[in-house]
Amino acid sequence: MNSRWKANTINTTSIILIYVILVLLIRMGFINSYYEGILIEMGINIILAVSLNLATGYLGQLTLGHAGFMAIGAYAAAIFSSRVNMPDLPLLLISIIIGGLLAALLGFLMAIPVFRLRGDYLAIITLGFGEIIRVIILNLKITGGGKGLSGILPLTSFSSVYFVTIITIAIFYTLINSRHGRAIISIREDEIASEAVGISTKYYKTFAFTIAAFFAGIAGGLFAHHTLVLDPKDFGFIRSIEILIIVVLGGMGNLTGSILAAIIITILPRMLMGFADWNMIIYSILLIAMMLFKPGGLLGKREFSLYKLLAGRKKSHGNAPVKNEGSE
Amino acid sequence: MALLETKDLGIAFGGLRAVGNFNMKINENELIGLIGPNGAGKTTVFNLLTGVYLPTEGAIYLNGENIVGKKPFEIVEKGITRTFQNIRLFKDLSVLDNVKIAFHHKMKYSTAAGIFRLKAYWKEEKEIEEKAMELLKLFDMQDSAYTTAKNLPYGQQRKLEIARALAADPKLLLLDEPAAGMNPQETKELMDTIHFIRDKFKIAILLIEHDMGLVMGICERIVVIDYGMTIATGTPEEIKQNKKVIGAYLGE
Ligand SMILES: Nc1ncnc2c1ncn2[C@@H]1O[C@H](COP(=O)(O)OP(=O)(O)OP(=O)(O)O)[C@@H](O)[C@H]1O
Ligand SMILES: [Mg+2]
Repeated sequence: MNSRWKANTINTTSIILIYVILVLLIRMGFINSYYEGILIEMGINIILAVSLNLATGYLGQLTLGHAGFMAIGAYAAAIFSSRVNMPDLPLLLISIIIGGLLAALLGFLMAIPVFRLRGDYLAIITLGFGEIIRVIILNLKITGGGKGLSGILPLTSFSSVYFVTIITIAIFYTLINSRHGRAIISIREDEIASEAVGISTKYYKTFAFTIAAFFAGIAGGLFAHHTLVLDPKDFGFIRSIEILIIVVLGGMGNLTGSILAAIIITILPRMLMGFADWNMIIYSILLIAMMLFKPGGLLGKREFSLYKLLAGRKKSHGNAPVKNEGSE
Repeated sequence: MALLETKDLGIAFGGLRAVGNFNMKINENELIGLIGPNGAGKTTVFNLLTGVYLPTEGAIYLNGENIVGKKPFEIVEKGITRTFQNIRLFKDLSVLDNVKIAFHHKMKYSTAAGIFRLKAYWKEEKEIEEKAMELLKLFDMQDSAYTTAKNLPYGQQRKLEIARALAADPKLLLLDEPAAGMNPQETKELMDTIHFIRDKFKIAILLIEHDMGLVMGICERIVVIDYGMTIATGTPEEIKQNKKVIGAYLGE
């Protein structure tokens, strides 16, 4: 297992190296707080995209309510952190985990319609689900209703987002390449065949939805302690679509594709600052262009691997999940 | 006790009674043919046995236990696996992964062991990789292990589906027209393989096949259905001479 050890070393070294470089650039002022904010948002978008990819890309269920889970995580984490006295880092971690757990609980509940519906119907139900969450938040007292929730502690830092993002990616990577991940992917490939080889499709659908919701909640918690003000409008259906666009752009069932696309989609609107209203139009054009020229996503079926790049070795085949397009 | 026994099994779709009064016994390690004209209800019997359809009448006993109402995946755990008439592979996955997925329900490592890559993960993953390769070797497909399933030639796709069904560790294997679309040479090889796996894995096999000659050649016992009902059961010799069977096949 020499190559396993080598791959681990290369990955760990580069993760730390990138971190050290970025922190140095921040400390020395080359990256000002504006750009640091963009980096934080990148991390949050990566977590959102990677988690949605589990439900939509790997499990193969089109869902349009991811922003709803993010909202639950954001509000729950913010409300918790405002009521508890604790040092910053543990407070942030506990808050986002609470947000994640609450989102996971709702993801678990939402999995119920998932057993009954598929395709377009499921997309519409999840969209409705996301909207219901938003409307509930809008009408509760504890969330500040339409005025929003302000005075949230600034607990999210570049460092915390960086490491939470890395841990999230690592968890999704190993999950997808385990027997549980294979079970999830088999449902996308052929649900009937999946049952016919002994996989409880009900269990794994619930599982994938719950995990996806958990990490959307985590992203929400980081977001809350970064923006410091929450407005139900931030979690509307457009937000869900934005996350879906990242997943489609990066390729359904492609982890590194999601990461790359999340980075691009975070930067893109900044470059188009003057054209704020044009965002959706540009996304649409981007999507249409993708469908026409690269329907499998930016990277297609390829997963980017630093190890492969540096060691110059052919990646062992094995269970890298590959799938071009959601073919229904 | 028979491995599998059906008692007056039947299902109606709306007004149409696709299968009715279906009675069959399968003993351990038996190789049985299920034949009948087009639309006779053969595939429907498979769907009933594997829990895809819920019967509207009758019972299915596996080792004496009534399995009616169990989910398809539960029936796999109990020991019945199958292939499909119109191949259902995990098309965009590798040949090896197709087989590995079928080992899932026999594997034990937890979600946490998978995520954190604990010892159990490496150990079991290595084990099933080897087992999967062995299975592929039986079908002479080890060189295609990393090929995407949908890129396999048709005959190999059928073989892969059998390998996958075997990986799920059945006591009873149901094969729905496994030789469909194969040339005579491939068909001959496949039949030899089916015989071989029956002996090697000590399992019972129920085989649907249109080619009478072929079924007669390898099965010990044959069940004939027409309009969803058993019209004859017996050895190939008996079936060949059965008037009802001749009627069903020539009378159409
Ligand atoms: N889900 C269903 N809904 C309605 N009718 C069905 C369904 N499944 C099967 N049938 C009907 O049941 C009858 C038996 O079909 P089945 O597929 O079992 O036949 P078969 O013996 O496998 O035929 P073939 O040799 O063509 O494969 C047919 O009349 C078919 O139309
Ligand atoms: Mg049939």
